[in-house]
Amino acid sequence: MAKATRPPLNWLALFKESGVAALIALGLSIVMFGLRTVDQQGGLGVQTRWSWVVFAVVSVFIGRLVLAIYRETRQPPHTPSGTQDSEQNRFAEFVRKISKVVAPLLIIFAIALPFLPFSSRYIIDVATLVLTYIMLGWGLNIVVGLAGLLDLGYVAFYAVGAYSYALLAYYFDFSFWICLPLAGIFAATFGIILGFPVLRLRGDYLAIVTLGFGEIIRVVLINWYTFTGGPDGLSSIPRPSFFGLPFSRRVPEDSETFHTFFGLDYSSMHRIIFLYFLILALALITNFFTLRMRKLPLGRAWEALREDETACRSLGINPTNTKLSAFAIGAGFAGFAGSFFATRQGFISPESFTFIESAVILAIVVLGGMGSQLGVVIASILLIGGTELFRGLEEFRMITFGGLMVAVMVWKPRGLLAHRDPTLRLHAPSHTPESHKSNT
Amino acid sequence: MEYFIQQLINGVTLGSIYGLIAIGYTMVYGIIGMINFAHGDVFMIGAFISLIMFLVLGLIGITWIPFAILLVLIVTMILTSVYGWTVERLAYRPLRKSFRLAPLISAIGMSIFLQNYVQLLQGARVKPIQPIVEGGITLIQSDTFVVTISYLQIIIVLATFLLMSIFAYIISSTSLGRSQRACEQDQLMASLLGINVDRTISLTFVMGAALAAVASVLFVLYYGVIDFYIGFHAGIKAFTAAVLGGIGSLPGAMLGGLLIGLIETFWSAYFSIEYKDVAAFSILVLVLIFRPTGLLGKPEIEKV
Repeated sequence: MAKATRPPLNWLALFKESGVAALIALGLSIVMFGLRTVDQQGGLGVQTRWSWVVFAVVSVFIGRLVLAIYRETRQPPHTPSGTQDSEQNRFAEFVRKISKVVAPLLIIFAIALPFLPFSSRYIIDVATLVLTYIMLGWGLNIVVGLAGLLDLGYVAFYAVGAYSYALLAYYFDFSFWICLPLAGIFAATFGIILGFPVLRLRGDYLAIVTLGFGEIIRVVLINWYTFTGGPDGLSSIPRPSFFGLPFSRRVPEDSETFHTFFGLDYSSMHRIIFLYFLILALALITNFFTLRMRKLPLGRAWEALREDETACRSLGINPTNTKLSAFAIGAGFAGFAGSFFATRQGFISPESFTFIESAVILAIVVLGGMGSQLGVVIASILLIGGTELFRGLEEFRMITFGGLMVAVMVWKPRGLLAHRDPTLRLHAPSHTPESHKSNT
Repeated sequence: MEYFIQQLINGVTLGSIYGLIAIGYTMVYGIIGMINFAHGDVFMIGAFISLIMFLVLGLIGITWIPFAILLVLIVTMILTSVYGWTVERLAYRPLRKSFRLAPLISAIGMSIFLQNYVQLLQGARVKPIQPIVEGGITLIQSDTFVVTISYLQIIIVLATFLLMSIFAYIISSTSLGRSQRACEQDQLMASLLGINVDRTISLTFVMGAALAAVASVLFVLYYGVIDFYIGFHAGIKAFTAAVLGGIGSLPGAMLGGLLIGLIETFWSAYFSIEYKDVAAFSILVLVLIFRPTGLLGKPEIEKV
């Protein structure tokens, strides 16, 4: 369409539209922006800040006007149906090619990181934190990305893993290497116990039940004071050893420590670097496991189930058992990560396992692109590493998180790196009005 | 026995508030089949708006209490509805045709956003307010225990039932209600028959937010203490109530709300107050296992 043939802008309509938007902004901001509650003698007082309201209303008006002018003056998008889909496929193809190169490079970089000249204790600490979230993201990816089960209580299994290590070490004096698999098994068992009754339900109910379960675990941890230490948490959790060699400065009688065994000078960095490699290995195991699972019949069944449950049932796949396996495996990896968390921190309390933590892990999976392993890595680096960079803006962290989750969903509902293996479809999606309601 | 009656009164009051919030969940779920996760936070915003309005009215010097409550109620309903509408417009409408989990995730993001938005704007501290409606009626006076019902409790229960009847009327007998029910059955067909589906869905959100606003005013009057986190727990409880009663069913939401309120109150009264949330969630799990459609819900027909 040539530019000359377009009718002139209807300024009246544009101003009316922006005016309505500004009016709504006024409604939103007049109390929340304009009046601030402040503590003062004898109760609450109210401060006014009308300038904020004016600013909000004016900026919404101008923003809406600019948007509307932009919308009216640019070429109308004329994409034949299906183009977007094939574009997405081309993009996915591109990502797959890139990730073949990028993934090994990233792994090499991760292994080399502690020995690079610029690395410091701070950088390795941040990298360990990022890797913990990458591992949790990969674990949750099995549940959400592959099997399509929305789990809002993933942190509960993380908590189960952390507490089982701490409690086993406290009551039975087990070492980290015995507790690590046990913690995973415990968490997976919890997953099965919880999943068995609820996985037969529709997906949305599952989300709420897992959310409730996460809260229950937290409430129990807080209130069962004699066993879990309640809100005080558990401290002096034993640190891991290098296959039996402890990382301590003092050398105990008739035994060796890490630095004497290898003939090194003692350095507190040894343990930091060891923990870094430990979580790197755990995360890579999770990734490798997931990649292999996707090629097995069970993994294929997960993805098929995500796409269409009814079709799966007609093909003889047992939906409950298939979902249960994904749920339990995801929970198990959270258990591993949890026991790593406990040994790294040396202290755990219910404070570390709130709903926000679940939401952060979910945000990593969702923003990265559900089902995409590389997406999880990128999202973790951006979200966790990024918030480390902006430590000074701590109070804006969660609001940005929430806003990002909404923005990414609206802009790219499949995440930044969308990856869907079954790209062969009989008919293009998003033409059925029922699609958002379908019982997958 | 007196203790039991007193707890019954308290439970019904709490249940009424839950029921009002639960209606918002159940209406939205009925019409677009999504859990509006941010609904609890819309309730929380309503609570903040009403608290601020009460403070402002106190400063201006409007002291005739019935008028003050009515004024706060109206202002809160309008402003909270604007929030409900905006949330739908920004976070859910663009995802109408997207895959099923997308709006739910967007709703979770919205919930986190709203919580922190309020925390940043109004501060993280707990906000107390002086009791506004005081006094009550003594029902039974024995030697050991006095059963009272406060005027506030009467107001809460009456307001809830009044609003319930109004909304039941809107859904069953107005053209808006008819379009809502039509959209619930088949959005495509409804749009072919000349129903503005987007507008109907928006109005559903507005109605849900308005009821949550009423609940929030009653909450502020009843408890007198709020913070930016109340929406999370109230939201989960109300959603549990909606599921318990049968999601999509309006009387079910009210019934579920009353049951959850009673369960929570009696559990705190007779067992332990720490585990009252556990009790509510356990009920939810049990209901979902044995009666997934809830008490008054219709069985769902799966279509290919």
